[in-house]
Amino acid sequence: MSFDLDSKIPEGPIQEKWTKHKFDSKLVNPANKRKYSVIVVGTGLAGASAAASLAELGYNVKSFCYQDSPRRAHSIAAQGGINANKNYQNDGDSTWRLFYDTVKGGDYRAREANVYRLAEVSGNIIDQCVAQGVPFAREYGGYLTNRSFGGAQVSRTFYAKGQTGQQLLIGAYQSMMRQVGLGKIQMYARREILDIVVIDGKARGVIVRDLVTGDIERHVADAVILASGGYGNVYFLSTNAMGSNVGAAWKAYKKGAGFANPCFTQIHPTCIPQSGDHQAKLTLMSESLRNDGRVWVPKEKGDKRHPNDIPEEERDYYLERIYPAFGNLVPRDVASRQAKFRVDENKGVGNTGVAVYLDFAEAIKRDGRDTIAAKYGNLFEMYQRITDESPYEQPMRIYPAVHYTMGGLWVDYNLQSTIPGLHVLGEANFSDHGANRLGASALMQGLADGYFVIPYTLGHYFGKNEIKKVDTTHPEFQKSEDEVRARTKKFLGINGSRSADEFHRALGKIMWENVGMSRNEQGLKKAISDIQQLRKEFWEDLRVPGTNEELNNELEKAGRVADFLELGELMARDALTREESCGGHFREESQTPENEALRDDEKFAHSAVWEFKGENQEPVRHREELKFEHVPLTQRSYK
Amino acid sequence: MSKEITVHLKIWRQKNRQDSGRFEEYTLNGVSQDQSFLEMLDQLNVKLVRDGKEPVAFDSDCREGICGSCSCMINGQAHGPEKETTTCQLHMRSFNDNDTIVIEPWRARAFPVIKDLVVDRSSFDKVIASGGFVSVNTGNAPDASAVLVSKENADKAMDAAACIGCGACVASCPNASAMLFVSAKISHLALLPQGQVEAQKRANSMVKTMDEMGFGNCTNHAECEASCPKGIDLSNIARMNREYFKAKIASEE
Repeated sequence: MSFDLDSKIPEGPIQEKWTKHKFDSKLVNPANKRKYSVIVVGTGLAGASAAASLAELGYNVKSFCYQDSPRRAHSIAAQGGINANKNYQNDGDSTWRLFYDTVKGGDYRAREANVYRLAEVSGNIIDQCVAQGVPFAREYGGYLTNRSFGGAQVSRTFYAKGQTGQQLLIGAYQSMMRQVGLGKIQMYARREILDIVVIDGKARGVIVRDLVTGDIERHVADAVILASGGYGNVYFLSTNAMGSNVGAAWKAYKKGAGFANPCFTQIHPTCIPQSGDHQAKLTLMSESLRNDGRVWVPKEKGDKRHPNDIPEEERDYYLERIYPAFGNLVPRDVASRQAKFRVDENKGVGNTGVAVYLDFAEAIKRDGRDTIAAKYGNLFEMYQRITDESPYEQPMRIYPAVHYTMGGLWVDYNLQSTIPGLHVLGEANFSDHGANRLGASALMQGLADGYFVIPYTLGHYFGKNEIKKVDTTHPEFQKSEDEVRARTKKFLGINGSRSADEFHRALGKIMWENVGMSRNEQGLKKAISDIQQLRKEFWEDLRVPGTNEELNNELEKAGRVADFLELGELMARDALTREESCGGHFREESQTPENEALRDDEKFAHSAVWEFKGENQEPVRHREELKFEHVPLTQRSYK
Repeated sequence: MSKEITVHLKIWRQKNRQDSGRFEEYTLNGVSQDQSFLEMLDQLNVKLVRDGKEPVAFDSDCREGICGSCSCMINGQAHGPEKETTTCQLHMRSFNDNDTIVIEPWRARAFPVIKDLVVDRSSFDKVIASGGFVSVNTGNAPDASAVLVSKENADKAMDAAACIGCGACVASCPNASAMLFVSAKISHLALLPQGQVEAQKRANSMVKTMDEMGFGNCTNHAECEASCPKGIDLSNIARMNREYFKAKIASEE
């Protein structure tokens, strides 16, 4: 199979590309849409919005999620908000500025045309969500209000308390459930995707396991959409949900979908620090806190005094000091790295010394406790519940944690992967955010892909291609199912001594130490060999109790960890071969004298796209060159 | 540093829907009080797997108190002893050394047990599918600022929409009524101009589906409100009843 990385960016001025493309796209007439079927994997913002929108158009949709209800997909945990180009605040925002900020924020490693489209449709998302009944925050006059977010100097973020992701997802979920009620969507909850079925070079179905009965099911369709989220759980500890996994995307990679920029991960600066080894996940505190909170550490190394006892002049508000223009609102990668530098200098705080302070004392003094409580009350409560400390009384302790993955399956302008008919949406794809995602942009991208892009580009795919009739008796389905069954049998038959979680923790440690906030050649090479060793042990010493024919959490975990053990190695390879720093990818060998990420545009102004070559064979690195015609390549500066 | 405690667990074990189920007892040492309740169960499961026993099945996903996956009656209280706290956000500092903790699944006719602590809550999805939405197709929407919503109503709608669909209200109600859940959705949408058009139809069909799913009636025990991890207010049920009566009176069917 050839590896076609044609981005299919339409000709013409950037402002007109999407309009022109929509006009040039093939259409499927309304009566014919009901003859097509689509599989949508995942019910987060991207998956739910795509499933609802496609069903509304008349397509027959089969939707899958591993949770017990589509309403629980992890988009629900997004707190802060969603960006849009509305300029309701009259502060100089525009499509162009949102586009510009996003390309710059991503450290020039995203495709300009895709990002422009994202900015262009962002306003429609807000319109759609309001119409669905999403209760965005409003002013007393009844108008919508906004807040500002890291990496931007305008207030363009719409929010619903600290639960914006929840409210947007409930909106999309309700639209989706309406179509379930109308019979246009068949919903399959508690299902895990175990393979993607490709027939005559086109994605035509999936093999899934019913997580309650263990039944292996075959599902066929005319196209497959993956909206299965990111792979941050490769680090074991992350802000992702316990079940978030790379399974569907990884199976697609093995069937010929290119995996782009796997090393681009976002380490979010404002998370609750780890308290001990028992911990199963990390909790994010919305970045919106940086609007009013001031980040600091003691000036003195190893200062163990209670934060309230450290006088003002002995505190280092290091973000305000280093970046006077953006202050506490620098992009996430910059804020995270600076926190790490402070901890490395032995200025970290708390019991573990692996944290920095986020202080609201001044904001409370300025605006009053009630105002701060109205903005952040639920976040403060959550923090107190976990740490037993009140942010009203003393500064929060925060530390970066793995949060989002910018890398993912490569897609062209139509959101189609290198496998025809396999479209990838939301966090699962690699587009739009480059090497660093700005706050409040993930919700925007997921919904842009699902509500406003895929309804057009999927029609184009159907209009342009002849989709032959196939059913689940096709030999490719049999072959996939046999492979899936053999793998399950293998997991159950090892009968070793360690649980999947134990291997997962070990993998996470390797990843965090060597492929985390700061990377170098030696560490990355070590990571590759350590992961290979761990993978070997996994297949010799794993223990999965129970059987396939029942609800079996341990069996589910084993499958997910097996995928992560392969993905982790690919991430390290990608980080090793990208000999530059950009956004969240920080190579120690490539930094400015001020320890900022130093890009190498001569050699690396491209997306790295990895092709699977077979088990235990080295994957091949391809590139898609990136052209910057509208946002000139400059060293990012937030000073 | 935090203290480590020992807990005695009595956990409901049930192999599948057909099995009649029973309590089994476990003692777990070395539980840090900084641990969350579910991390304590993780710790138990690692031990069970190592001992060659079947781990306890339970639902959890986000572990941030927002996805609504986690459940469990803990010492007879839905989501345990802390107010407005999901099981995943409950921490072991709420327990003392040598406490006995009884852990059971949600029990309601409309939530059959699948295994151990895992129940089937798909009846909630069916209630939403019968009317818990605004009928607006993608692309239909006018500009977001075209329709004004008073801050008061937007805030009230937000409070109702904060429901996470966990089912604690049903589990703690002596009648296994889903009225708090259903009324939260009816209120969320009825409070907004966008949801007004279909308000009566919505109330009618959601209440009908709720009854069909086997949920009980409300007899004002208010256990639902007391156990709700998101503080959903009982007044939503009154609003639902108003919408429902309006629908019944106005109905031409």
